[in-house]
Amino acid sequence: MTQLFKPELVCPAGTPAGLRTAVDAGADAVYCGFQGPTNARNFPGLNFTLAEMADAVTYAHDGGAKVLAAINSFPTAGRTEIWKKAIDDAVSIGIDAVIIADIGMAGYMSRNHPAQRIHLSVQAGASSPEAINFYCRNFDIKRVVLPRILTVAEIKKVHDEIGCEIEAFVFGNIGMMAEGRCALTNYVTGQSTNMDGVCSPASHVHYEEDEDRNLKTKLGEFTIDCIACGENAGYPTICKGRYNAGHKQEYYAFEEPVSLNLTRLLPDLMRAGVTALKIEGRQRSRAYVKAVVSAFRQAVDAYSRGDEPDISNLLALTEGHRETQGAFRSKTWR
Amino acid sequence: MTLTLPVMITNKPLPGARRPDDAGARGFARLLPPVPLFALQPLLGHIVRTVARRHPELIARLGDNCKKRFLIDPYNLPFFLLLQPDPDRPQLRAHTRGQDVEHDVHISGTLVTLLRMIDGQSDSDALFFNRDLAVTGDTEAVVALRNALDNMDATLADDVAACFGPLSRPVRGVIDLTLKFASQKP
Ligand code: SF4
Repeated sequence: MTQLFKPELVCPAGTPAGLRTAVDAGADAVYCGFQGPTNARNFPGLNFTLAEMADAVTYAHDGGAKVLAAINSFPTAGRTEIWKKAIDDAVSIGIDAVIIADIGMAGYMSRNHPAQRIHLSVQAGASSPEAINFYCRNFDIKRVVLPRILTVAEIKKVHDEIGCEIEAFVFGNIGMMAEGRCALTNYVTGQSTNMDGVCSPASHVHYEEDEDRNLKTKLGEFTIDCIACGENAGYPTICKGRYNAGHKQEYYAFEEPVSLNLTRLLPDLMRAGVTALKIEGRQRSRAYVKAVVSAFRQAVDAYSRGDEPDISNLLALTEGHRETQGAFRSKTWR
Repeated sequence: MTLTLPVMITNKPLPGARRPDDAGARGFARLLPPVPLFALQPLLGHIVRTVARRHPELIARLGDNCKKRFLIDPYNLPFFLLLQPDPDRPQLRAHTRGQDVEHDVHISGTLVTLLRMIDGQSDSDALFFNRDLAVTGDTEAVVALRNALDNMDATLADDVAACFGPLSRPVRGVIDLTLKFASQKP
C-alpha cells in the first residue's frame, strides 16, 4: 500500500477531563463548547466554563494539540449577545479555531476577529461547492465540516472545486434529518436542537422499565420506542424511534439506532483530499473518548505509513451495537 | 437552556427478580464479611462527606441536581444505596431490599456494572445501549451526575477506597479483583 497524506484527527470532549483524555490518546485537535445554548450539545453537567476552556487550551497546546470551540447553534433575535460573547471569549483565550454555523455569527467573526480561523460547522449544512465558496469569499472560512449526506466520490468532487479544507465525520452518532435544520425535537418539546443546542432534552426524556425488563422510552408525553428485554437500546431521539405507521408496525420511520464507522473507508477519504477526520461524541464518557481516539490514531498512522492497520472492533461503543458507512458508501444506506 | 420538570417522587417497589447476575458480584459478596447495615451507615456517611468536600467541581457540575435523591441499586446485592449529594448535607445510606424509599432517580445494574462506571472503565452510554444499565426517573439529574462523575480525573472508586484510611489499598485491591474476575467470566 502506498503512503497517504496524514489527516488531522479531530476528537470530542464534553468536559475538561475528557479533553485531557483525548489529547493523551493522540488527538491532533479537540472540539468542545461553552456551557449554555451556544453549542449543539447543551446537556446538563456537560461543557466548559471560560476558565476551564482557558486551562484546556494550555493543556492541549502543551501536548501539541489544537482546541476548536464549537459555537455552532443558531442565535435567535434578542439573544445574539450570548453567541457574540462566546466568540469573544474563545478568541480571548487563544482558541485555534471557532466552529460556526450561523451566517450572522460568521459575519460577526470576520468583522471583529479577522485574524481568527473560522471553521464552518456541519450544522450550516453547506454541501455544494457554490455554498462553501460563498462562505470562503465572504467570511474567509478555512475549513468546512461536510454534512453526512455525501459519498466519498462526491467529497472528492467538492474538494476539487472549493477554496478551503474539508473535515469529514468518521465515527459516532448519525441522525441525518437535514443537518442544522431538524425540528423534530422542537415539535415535541418546544426546545430546539439548533437554537437551544439540545436534541431530546434530558428533562423531557423518561424511561419506564417493567418487571420483565421491557423498556419504554418517552419524550415528553410521546412514547418513541418500546425495547424488548435483551434488545439493544439507542439514543432517545425521535429520529431513532419506532412507530406504528399505516403500512408497518414498530417501524423505524426515519433512521435505525446505528453508529457511523468509516474505519474501512479511511484510505478513500484520505485520497479524496480530506484534511481532518472528525469523531462524534461530546456527550460520551472518557472511556469512549480513550477507546475511539486510540483506535483511530493507530488506524490513521498505519494507513499514512502505507501499512494495513489492525482495525480494532469499535462495535461495543456503537449505538444499538450496530455500525454503518451511511451515505459515504452509498446514497441508499438504509 | 433546558427546562426542569418538577421532582418526581417514586415509591414503587424496586425490581429485583428476573435480572441477570454476575460472577464478579458473587465473588465480591463472598469477600465481604456479613456486616449489618447499621454498621455500614457511618462509613457511607464518611465517604459521601469526603467526596463532597474534595470535589467542589463535581457539585458545581450537578447544579440544582445535587438536591435530587439517587437510588443506586446493585440488584444482585441484598441492599441498595440512596445518595443525595447536597453539599450542605451530603447523604449516602444503605437500605435493605424491599424497603420503600422516596427517590428521584433509580439507577440499576449489577455491582460490577456500577463499579465499572464509577471507576471510569466503561462508557455509560454503551452500558445503557447494551441494557446492562437501567435508568428511570429524573433523566436530567442522572445525565448531570454521569457528566459530573466523568469529569473527575481520579475516579470515584479511588476516592471511595481512600476513605478506608489504612485499608484503602486492600479495598482498592478488592475492587480491582472484582472487576478482573468479572471480565474473565462474562
Ligand atoms: S432528532 Fe435525530 S436528526 Fe433530529 S437533531 Fe435529533 S439526532 Fe439529529
